[in-house]
Amino acid sequence: MTRRLLLLLPLAGFLVLAVFLYRGLSIDPAERDSALMAEPFPAFTLTTLADPERSLDESLLKGRVTLVNVWGEWCPTCKQEMPQLLELADRGVRLVGVDYKDTREKGREFLSEFGNPFEVNLFDPEGSLGFDLGVYGAPETFLVDAEGVIRYHHTGYITPQDVERVILPEVATWQD
Amino acid sequence: MLTPLIPEIGHFALIIALLMAALQASVPLAGAATRRPLWMAYARPMAAGQFLFLVVAYACLTASFLLDDFSVSTVAENSNSLLPWYYKASAVWGNHEGSVLLWSLILGVWTFAVSRFSRELPRDMLARVLGVMGLVSTGFLTFVLVTSNPFARLLPNPPADGADLNPLLQDIGLIIHPPMLYMGYVGFSVVFAFAIAALLGGRLDAAWTRWARPWTNVAWAFLSVGIALGSWWAYYELGWGGWWFWDPVENASLLPWLAGTALIHSLAVTEKRGAFKSWTVLLAISTFSLSLLGTFLVRSGVLTSVHAFANDPSRGLFILALLGLTVGASLLLFAVRAPRVSQRAGFTWLSRDALLLVNNILLVIMTVTVLLGTVYPLLLDALDLGKISVGPPYFNALFVPLTVILCLFMGIGPLANWKRTRPRELVRRVWLAGGVALIIGLLAPLLHGGEWNLKVTLGLVAALWVVLPLVRDLWTKSHHSEGRLAGLRRLSLAHWGMVLGHLGLAVTIVGVTVVSNYAVERNVRMAVGDSVEVGGYTFAMTDLGHRRGPNFVADTARLEVRRGDRERGFAMTPEKRVYIARGMPMTDVALRPGLFRDLYVAMGEDLGDGSWALRIQVKPFVRWLWLGALLMALGGVLAVVDRRYRRAATAPDPERHAREVNA
Amino acid sequence: MAGLIRALLMLALLAPALAQAAIEVRDFDDPVMRERFESLTATLRCPKCQNQAIGDSDSPIAGDMRERVHEQLQAGRSDKEILDFMVRRFGDYVLYNPRLEGRTLLLWGLPAALVLGGGLLVALLVRARRRASAGRLSDEERARLDALLEREDDR
Repeated sequence: MTRRLLLLLPLAGFLVLAVFLYRGLSIDPAERDSALMAEPFPAFTLTTLADPERSLDESLLKGRVTLVNVWGEWCPTCKQEMPQLLELADRGVRLVGVDYKDTREKGREFLSEFGNPFEVNLFDPEGSLGFDLGVYGAPETFLVDAEGVIRYHHTGYITPQDVERVILPEVATWQD
Repeated sequence: MLTPLIPEIGHFALIIALLMAALQASVPLAGAATRRPLWMAYARPMAAGQFLFLVVAYACLTASFLLDDFSVSTVAENSNSLLPWYYKASAVWGNHEGSVLLWSLILGVWTFAVSRFSRELPRDMLARVLGVMGLVSTGFLTFVLVTSNPFARLLPNPPADGADLNPLLQDIGLIIHPPMLYMGYVGFSVVFAFAIAALLGGRLDAAWTRWARPWTNVAWAFLSVGIALGSWWAYYELGWGGWWFWDPVENASLLPWLAGTALIHSLAVTEKRGAFKSWTVLLAISTFSLSLLGTFLVRSGVLTSVHAFANDPSRGLFILALLGLTVGASLLLFAVRAPRVSQRAGFTWLSRDALLLVNNILLVIMTVTVLLGTVYPLLLDALDLGKISVGPPYFNALFVPLTVILCLFMGIGPLANWKRTRPRELVRRVWLAGGVALIIGLLAPLLHGGEWNLKVTLGLVAALWVVLPLVRDLWTKSHHSEGRLAGLRRLSLAHWGMVLGHLGLAVTIVGVTVVSNYAVERNVRMAVGDSVEVGGYTFAMTDLGHRRGPNFVADTARLEVRRGDRERGFAMTPEKRVYIARGMPMTDVALRPGLFRDLYVAMGEDLGDGSWALRIQVKPFVRWLWLGALLMALGGVLAVVDRRYRRAATAPDPERHAREVNA
Repeated sequence: MAGLIRALLMLALLAPALAQAAIEVRDFDDPVMRERFESLTATLRCPKCQNQAIGDSDSPIAGDMRERVHEQLQAGRSDKEILDFMVRRFGDYVLYNPRLEGRTLLLWGLPAALVLGGGLLVALLVRARRRASAGRLSDEERARLDALLEREDDR
């Protein structure tokens, strides 16, 4: 009897593996949570896109729930994302932009062409803030709560559906 | 004119092949179960017919590529009118649809070969073997037709030109690598079919192993060559000179190879000694299952990989279902029908039997380790435990010591007798070889750089420990009244096959050891007139230029290379290409191959001011990696052409018979 | 046509993932530093690419990460500090050498357990087989068998 059970062992092992493989089919290996989830927003000192003389730091994000969006003029999907960001701003969400690895002229051109939903834009030409945020491509969006802690992370472009289904509910959750 | 209809002809041929595969599966299996000779006789003609129609289908797809029929979507996505004809022909398998068609064609080739060369098999055995292969083929052809039709059209608006073959695949290595790999993968379906047929027929004597051994060795040889070609391709094509990345796709090919290596040894034990019967059946099932698993991992995209250029979850689901059915049903059959009685064949610690048992267990542990590392990120992800990566440091940390232990046993295995060897006798046979291995291993790193290196010593001792006892053994065995040569000629080809196989592994180990520890690499900035010294060679840049290829434009460099203070040098000309259709940049490395070192120059970026970033490498013994694989493959094939397997398998060999009685 | 466009887009997206080696010139005064740089850039995984170390990839983020590794090495940080620095930003995903922790216990432990289990299995099997063969032969038979085996071996 034990020998019979022993002979079933390979089958059992395979079935376990098959279950995982099946689960694996619905998992996107490229989709990853930020390592900074539930961590304070990294410290920074950057000038604003509009004014090279005006410099801001992480205290900017304290006191109110904020969506931080990392964008760049060179990034085509960022252009597609702008209508959604404008809509979020219209609906009362506070947005802060990070102009990532860009030049001032191009960044400003981008905003005048596609609209500016951001309360303020941080200018990050070297990508240093982006690096501290673990950004490896634009656009990426972080939701920061009133204490300045990162609560939600969105990799890639926010679709019109995401606005209703994901972003607004997340904002509402952390607002209270 | 039939030309516009070629894809439809191919499509119909594929459908007919599927129907024939289904007949080849159902009728002979039913015939064998109900003992109807007429039904069993269906197997061979159906195998031939299926093969014929697969050839037609494949030829039609190739014709579509050669004729630039961009209304066929596979052609439009993977070819281009500017592509040279030989890349058009190989572009057939440079994509998902074509490569699964090639997989099916190769299964057809193996099936046809079995039906030709196994006439001496008992009728019901042949019917079952071909029936099982027909089942596999039915599943795979359904997969091709339902999810991956290579003949799908882009009508009524076909594009004017194709998107071109990925430039990385425009290369001789990629022309031959996939067919070789698939010959190996799919070739293991033969031994799988034999094992299943034996389980179905309830005849688990040693006979099936004797029939299956030649097929298994040949499949294993193809897989060895296929893996080596893949490694060679990555070495010169990806531009950083690496030859093994522990990428999931590479692991997917290594898994059936490791299991297959265990299998060819275990088949030997079962055939010669009647031992390990259930174990051999299980290995036969596992080896082919791992081939299927490899196909699943590559084609479904469940694992992130550099190679995952054709992935799609719906296809993944289909292959998973196929995998589940095939493997699940076989393992269930195994659990129900595996022999109940344990064997009486006895052996002691120091016997070839025991050493082969250790070899099998070690190879299985290596297989499980590679499998575990490959799927572990997926397991964690599925359990919502986060995303991690398992890469080269993990695999090296486990694989290297396991290989060293394996070598330890390989050194004495071939010298031990079956059943039992007296310890003193064994020591007498290996002590000298062991001593010499140790001395060379300790001295070689000192002689090379004056610095002792544990890893080099370990690698060299392991390799020499595998080879030297074999050499001594050959010396002893070649004692002959008519001289050594006559003595050597008297040895069986099977023995030579074993010697070559083990020698091949040792050669590969030497290559891995030396190139991993003594390769030199420099990234340098160079302009015309500059020169730099790397690893004892002087590289002087003499020229920078441009050139136009059939479907690319290139920046070129010319370097004059001299060794040490020698007068005469030679030129090396790396290129940085941009392929027009995709706008994709590609590094075309300049290679100066040699048995003891490769020189490797890759062009990086234009740094402005007339200078370029270049990567210059001197890689000692890197050829030995692939040379070893070729020797292993040759060994596998030699063992098959042995007289023993060409004789009618049913006629008992008196000498062997006597041996079995003794056992 | 829509299918083709989608396929082309797919390929365009995947193309950078298949990209080739990054070749950049970096000067090190100290060969030990160069070695550490090479080993660190070989064990950190590029987060943007399919499956490449940052030392092997020409994607921009891999370049940034190499730059940081270089900076931190110059600043005298230890290898572990540099790896921690990267993990804080990009997660455990970037480590090709997974750390030993609760969730990787099986990954590191199973091979070791298998070696032990395998050894035990061999021991049990050989003991059983030895019993099967022992005792049945007289000394004389055994001597004859040895001679026979020897002969067969010399074949």
